[in-house]
Amino acid sequence: MVFRPPPRLGGYPLKRTMQTYSIRSLARNARSFHENWTAAWRSPEPKPAYDVIIVGGGGHGLATAHYLAKNHRIANVAVLEKGWLGGGNTGRNTTVVRSNYLWDESAAFYEKSLQLYETLSQELNYNVMLSQRGLMLLCHSQHELHDAHRRAHAMRLNGIDSEFVSRENVLRMVPFLDGSPTARYPLCGGLLQRRGGVARHDAVAWGFARSADAFGVDIIQNCEVTGIRRDATGKIAGVDTTRGAIDAPKVAIVAAGHTSVLAAMAGIRLPIRSHPLQALVSEPVKPMLNVVVNSTQVHVYVSQSDKGELVMGAALDRFQSYGQRGSLPVIEDQMAAIVRLFPIVSRLKMLRQWAGIVDICPDASPIIGKTPVEGLYINGGWGTGGFKATPASGFCFAHTLAKDQPHPLTAPFNLDRFSGGRLIDETAAAAIAH
Amino acid sequence: MLLINCPWCGPRDEIEFTCGGEAHIARPADPAALSDQEWAEYLFMRKNLKGLHYERWHHSYGCRQWFNAARDTVTHEIHATYKMGETPPVVAGEDGVVKGGNS
Repeated sequence: MVFRPPPRLGGYPLKRTMQTYSIRSLARNARSFHENWTAAWRSPEPKPAYDVIIVGGGGHGLATAHYLAKNHRIANVAVLEKGWLGGGNTGRNTTVVRSNYLWDESAAFYEKSLQLYETLSQELNYNVMLSQRGLMLLCHSQHELHDAHRRAHAMRLNGIDSEFVSRENVLRMVPFLDGSPTARYPLCGGLLQRRGGVARHDAVAWGFARSADAFGVDIIQNCEVTGIRRDATGKIAGVDTTRGAIDAPKVAIVAAGHTSVLAAMAGIRLPIRSHPLQALVSEPVKPMLNVVVNSTQVHVYVSQSDKGELVMGAALDRFQSYGQRGSLPVIEDQMAAIVRLFPIVSRLKMLRQWAGIVDICPDASPIIGKTPVEGLYINGGWGTGGFKATPASGFCFAHTLAKDQPHPLTAPFNLDRFSGGRLIDETAAAAIAH
Repeated sequence: MLLINCPWCGPRDEIEFTCGGEAHIARPADPAALSDQEWAEYLFMRKNLKGLHYERWHHSYGCRQWFNAARDTVTHEIHATYKMGETPPVVAGEDGVVKGGNS
């Protein structure tokens, strides 16, 4: 009699076939002058039909595909991307990861995301270069100090690392801050999350893409969705694309700034506005900043990249746009603030400036889950802070797609909260200016 | 940088203005009679159009008047500005076809 192991709940994990990256594979390929590395993912032609179509090949879409295959054994999935992988907001953010949220719903979700980040390189066999260098939120007034204490306590009650840092210790950790008595923005203290930091954003998209592809997911680039088809009963039937029609009973919109445009194709309106969010990097300099510094009051967040550039995020542009570029006044404000905070950078030149189109809800919290249209799912509204949410967003959204019900962590972030009055108001609480 | 033509003051820099979002959303006559769904629809749901968008602007650091603008959300081109209460202008694209809009 042939021995068979007992079937496991949910069946066996899908097999992931890919060339493993390791010190051994590096040495082996060095001997053949690195000419035999295989492509990290395929570029297949779209099939006529799939079980699930994910619209949007950014971090969130690719993470969803990865967890659909890994956790739910659903790999007959297509990820459709109108441009290139991670070319939208995944490649345009300032790479900060953190979970310093005030409200319980947000804290639980973003903490899950940070925990997934902590093991992501191993999970994906792809180095996402997570650097938990600490995230320092500056306080410039007595009111901010009180708020920082409240947040520190709220976070600790939620089991998230958080500590209040005195003015002297902030200056010790961030020595180039203007701590003089005449500083334009007086420094009163700081709120530190030591596990916060940065990760390489491209690597997150590429790692998820490589893993999803190895599970058998089709990643189709240069394929723009032009319409969402519904059958006679109103259920989702598939999508029209620039590369032909593709059928699927489930369509997931993971399109960041273009969420409203896609939802309109299926005839639903969302409480989302699309705005440009700008960022910029300076010329590289010697190491001067080994934590991420964020000042909500003056709209600055800055970190130093491994190459030595200062990576800076600006405040939101106030008018709606899909143009992927912002206005100069926002950049001027940003520069004025950074020079006041760090006088040493006053003669630093800026290398590049860009904008991404972020989709913002009235309460600055995301929408993850089902819609009034059967078979249509939405993962959007990430606003100014989607990158840090990437793994947990995919993890929970895959659960929703597979089981047709919300994951407990994302259940509060449903579309019904706007009519039910259960907003998760992070507009002022999210440790970032909106 | 946008140059915005305030209907009262003439062309002024973008920094003098605040954008107030989608225009021509009429407040329901009898809010108490609405269902939660209908009230949320009025309060939160927006068209968020890509292309021609009719929106409200406030000349915050000027005459402090509200007015409307027909602006393209991709090119940022402002086709027209007009006073509150005026009929939104019909804006044609380069091919002479009206590109949509939320009015």
